[in-house]
Amino acid sequence: MAAHTAGKDEIPSTGLFTKKILKDACVDAVVKLHPAYMVRNPILFIVELGFLVTLLLAVFPGAHSRTMGSGFYWSVSVILLMTVLFANIAEAVAEGRGKAQANTLKQTKQDTAARRLLRGKEETISSADLRKGDIVLVKEGEVIPGDGTIIAGMASVDESAITGESAPVLKEAGGDFSSVTGGTTLVSDELTIEITSQPGESFLDRMIALVEGADRKKTPNEIALNTVLISLTIIFMLVVITLPFFTNYIGFSIDTGMLVALLVCLIPTTIGGLLSAIGIAGMDRVTRFNVLAMSGRAVEAAGDIDTIILDKTGTITFGNRMAADFIPVAAASKTALMQAAVITSWKDETPEGRSVLSLAEEQGIAMDREKWDEATFVPFQAQTRMSGMDLADGGSYRKGAVEAVKAWVLERGGKIPEDLQEEADHIARMGGTPLAVAVDTELLGLIYLKDTVKPGMRERFDELRKMGIKTVMCTGDNPLTAATIAKEAGVDDFIAESTPEDKIDVIKREQAQGKLVAMTGDGTNDAPALAQADVGLAMNSGTTAAKEAANMIDLDSDPTKIIEVVAIGKQLLMTRGALTTFSIANDVAKYFAIIPALFVLGIPEMNVLNIMQLESPTTAILSALLFNGLIIPALVPLAVRGVAYKPVSADKLLRKNLFVYGLGGVVVPFIGIKVIDMLLSLFL
Amino acid sequence: MIVSLIALILVLVLIGVSLKPMGLYMAAVFSDSRLDRFFLPVENILYSISGIKKQKQTWKQYVFSMLLLNMVLLVFIYAVFRLQGILPLNPLDIAGMDPALAFNTAVSFITNTNLQHYSGESGLSLFSQLTAILFMMFAAPSTALAVAIGFIRLLGGKPIGNFFEDFVRALVRVLLPISFIAAIIFVALGMPQTLSGAVHATTMAGAEQTILRGPIGAFLSIKELGNNGGGFFGVNSAHPFENPNAYTNLLQCWLMLLLPASLPFTYGKMTGKPKQGVMLFGAMAAVFLVMLAAGIAAEMQGNPLLQGAMMEGKETRFGVIGSVFYSIVTTAAETGAVNTMHDTLSPLTGMLALGNMLLNTVFGGVGTGFMNVILYVMIAVFIAGLMVGRTPAFLGKKLEGAEMKLLAITLLVQPILILLGTAIAMYFPAGNEAISNPGYHGLTQVLYEITSSAANNGSGFEGLGDATTFWNILTGIVMFLGRYISIITLIAVAASLARKTAVQESKGSLRIDSPLFASLLVGTFFLVGALTFLPVLVLGPIAEYVTL
Repeated sequence: MAAHTAGKDEIPSTGLFTKKILKDACVDAVVKLHPAYMVRNPILFIVELGFLVTLLLAVFPGAHSRTMGSGFYWSVSVILLMTVLFANIAEAVAEGRGKAQANTLKQTKQDTAARRLLRGKEETISSADLRKGDIVLVKEGEVIPGDGTIIAGMASVDESAITGESAPVLKEAGGDFSSVTGGTTLVSDELTIEITSQPGESFLDRMIALVEGADRKKTPNEIALNTVLISLTIIFMLVVITLPFFTNYIGFSIDTGMLVALLVCLIPTTIGGLLSAIGIAGMDRVTRFNVLAMSGRAVEAAGDIDTIILDKTGTITFGNRMAADFIPVAAASKTALMQAAVITSWKDETPEGRSVLSLAEEQGIAMDREKWDEATFVPFQAQTRMSGMDLADGGSYRKGAVEAVKAWVLERGGKIPEDLQEEADHIARMGGTPLAVAVDTELLGLIYLKDTVKPGMRERFDELRKMGIKTVMCTGDNPLTAATIAKEAGVDDFIAESTPEDKIDVIKREQAQGKLVAMTGDGTNDAPALAQADVGLAMNSGTTAAKEAANMIDLDSDPTKIIEVVAIGKQLLMTRGALTTFSIANDVAKYFAIIPALFVLGIPEMNVLNIMQLESPTTAILSALLFNGLIIPALVPLAVRGVAYKPVSADKLLRKNLFVYGLGGVVVPFIGIKVIDMLLSLFL
Repeated sequence: MIVSLIALILVLVLIGVSLKPMGLYMAAVFSDSRLDRFFLPVENILYSISGIKKQKQTWKQYVFSMLLLNMVLLVFIYAVFRLQGILPLNPLDIAGMDPALAFNTAVSFITNTNLQHYSGESGLSLFSQLTAILFMMFAAPSTALAVAIGFIRLLGGKPIGNFFEDFVRALVRVLLPISFIAAIIFVALGMPQTLSGAVHATTMAGAEQTILRGPIGAFLSIKELGNNGGGFFGVNSAHPFENPNAYTNLLQCWLMLLLPASLPFTYGKMTGKPKQGVMLFGAMAAVFLVMLAAGIAAEMQGNPLLQGAMMEGKETRFGVIGSVFYSIVTTAAETGAVNTMHDTLSPLTGMLALGNMLLNTVFGGVGTGFMNVILYVMIAVFIAGLMVGRTPAFLGKKLEGAEMKLLAITLLVQPILILLGTAIAMYFPAGNEAISNPGYHGLTQVLYEITSSAANNGSGFEGLGDATTFWNILTGIVMFLGRYISIITLIAVAASLARKTAVQESKGSLRIDSPLFASLLVGTFFLVGALTFLPVLVLGPIAEYVTL
């Protein structure tokens, strides 16, 4: 597992969009004008209809009586077409970012030859013809033809095609590292693999489909929001359709072109145009983060997570034990103990050994490098359970399991200090591992080895707490050890001596309280818990069972990434809410621009409502429409990148976002429309 | 002037102080058995007569019971109005109503609207007044209160209860006792209370005068308390018998606000979220006070062409403040009683009265107003809730596709009824011929009439000659749909939420008991609820104002 530095991971920023993506998006935007496609987005479909109506009226000026000239109709129809195109471009740009990635993946998924073993005979067929259950043989340098489980052999596999990580990983039959992915390359040895996926359903296929957004389904929240937006659209259609009845009674009529302009300005085109881009971009942010979400629903659920269950080892702690303290026993001095400990570890390349050196160095122990470099290293052996050094001038130094070192000292005629056992027990109770250190016949003391919390974890758990998310640590350690680590890492709760079944119990318990739970896992025995969790993040290095049960897969196999995934989920929802609020709030200013313009022809006194002092009814309406259209591309970067998110309480988030997008949504269009009007009045 | 303002503020404080205890009392009425020993004996009589079994109902059974009771009563009072000519207690020999008027009046009273296209004193027999009108004045608000309580129960995650039991409790424990006490006070303050017919008097000038009387004290108390608003007399509370003096005027305002404005506290108590109740009340009260202040200011300013405040159409015994207060209260609480002719309010005050009904959330009528407020709370939660990075949840229940679909339909009801209704009336000669004052004001007259029907308010802008078949049928349909669609859809939303497991609230959840959310809610009232009506308001009252 790659040891990621906590908190440093960032979504790779390859620029928001390249020239190619933009160019393709423009072409796509035109293709998407097809009514059959547009009708899927009713709000923009209405804008397109408005475009057609005003276009017809511009081409056939005699079709109905009107007060506005052809120039006005041409302008309105052009602006409406532009509005639809902008919305289409927004969606196409968001899709384009995924497509670029999908193309790279597609190159990986070329047809390769596969050696299929059938009744003991080897035959060469195309990888596309492999079925679930087929047995294939893969040799060094060959591409693995499909997803499968290793049934024999052990080899290194280059998975960079999928994960982007160039260091090969070791795979072997049995255990948690037995699954291989089609499209990856064998760099050593050979493997016998049982294919586990049908053609077209492989991991790579799914991944391509996901990043391409081809089978993107609207998420539940998106559907619900769409319902509300459509309801608002119907309301505003009513407003516009009934308006002529009122003005006719008063004694004047309003041009069809103006009514179309009013309708388009009032219906929530901004969010309507950006909604799918926001969803696609949210998925894309997760993908760029090298996490594969199986559905948009999973990303949304991530934003709602209340509880995160994390494994201790490898996630919260480094998983290897590091020296934390030196405890002398009997009459030995701490300096003597440290000196001896350093000598035993001088040539010890294990993480434990390295950590003894660095701790001693921190405490200012003098190092006699030349002398020790000449000494003979006694490596660790399973039988002796000790390692150490024999110096050239005599003097044997050993460190190791307390019992082993005790036996070694006794054997050489030494004595065991009385307080040794007590100190060793104390360390064990604290959750540490004691290593005894001895020189010849003298037992000097103990090295306190401790599992170490990764740097930055505490801060991240604090952040999660601010977001209202509870963290639960699962560990196989005894309760005392677990409590120590839990306290040190700052998790809210822990489960000691936990089994995979315990995880399911915890998830079910939390879910019964109405909480949404996220967890990470890689082993086959994690699979049921991954499936039970609302967000299950499986490691790509894990078993096929785990990956199938999960709804997200981390290609980097870094379990701490679950925290960022939660943040991305929240950001997605916030972006959607912020732009909806902005879109609806915009209506206030648009009303103030259009209503005086509509009525001033019939009721000259209405000009007092023209608080923006817009030049003329024509410029007022065109400015409002232009603003309405231009705001879409102006917001595309925000929609694609997501609104800024800091882990603070919901209250603070709401205050800030309401201020920026609510109040901003009221104020910005006043300024925007006024500026556009001033520019227009220069030409009209 | 200053004295009236001080009196007004004092009354507002008194009203404000009374709301929370009233809200808590209502919570106790519907969820506490300690009140049983006072009321159960009376209720048991009703239960045994009607064979009500008080078994737990599903939400569909609850809604069906409500509709069943209402439809049976609708048919009953329709028959009474049609047949009043041959029914007893008809001292003035009033004839039966024509079908359209009977339909309109029956719908009007069953829906708590009390839009009166007849004149009380000459269009109804005493029998009709007592059996149909007075009875419906109890039955309609009891229905609405029961439904709101069922709605609140569901929101609180509890079973909806039994409609008939809630109905009886609303009647026996809330409406009857309070209106009984109020009636006594009204009579003490000078209202007539008699079953005798008219008095014939000879004036000093020697003219013959017929002075109509009736059980006005009893009538008035439930008219205001139940947000009914139907007057015993055609001119409603402008009549000296229906509203003799400033004290009765203020007491009537208090009664109108009492139930709708205390329901947020009932909600807070019954859902265990008292702070949310306070927030809801605060949001509504803030809008109410702004409306009131703006109304008084506009009316004091008067017409620039005339000197002084607008006194046209007002009673001198109430003055400007007493009249505007009444107008704002009656439209806010969707009562529909009037002590001044709204047609002659200044354009802006008229718009405020209209605005209250268009919003239908500044307290709103008993029960239904509160449900409407929750509609806007849910919309606000849904849109703004996303901004805290979670899928939106209200009271811990997720608002998802199914709920939003129902809410979206509910949101459509008012605009469809009001805009489409007004457009139809403006289009057909049968509709626009009723306008007495053409131009912008005429549009306002029509808009007001339709809005008053859709919001189940019942006050008239008057000036509109609405006693025609066209208007009777149009407003009858609008009242009916305005009443029942949203009750059904909102109960369905609450029922759908009740089936979900509550999401644990944490620091990451949207808090809806904060002043921040209250201001967001007010923003939603205006952005989602009122913006819809801006164009037509501009063409009506605002055009009238700018062209004065």
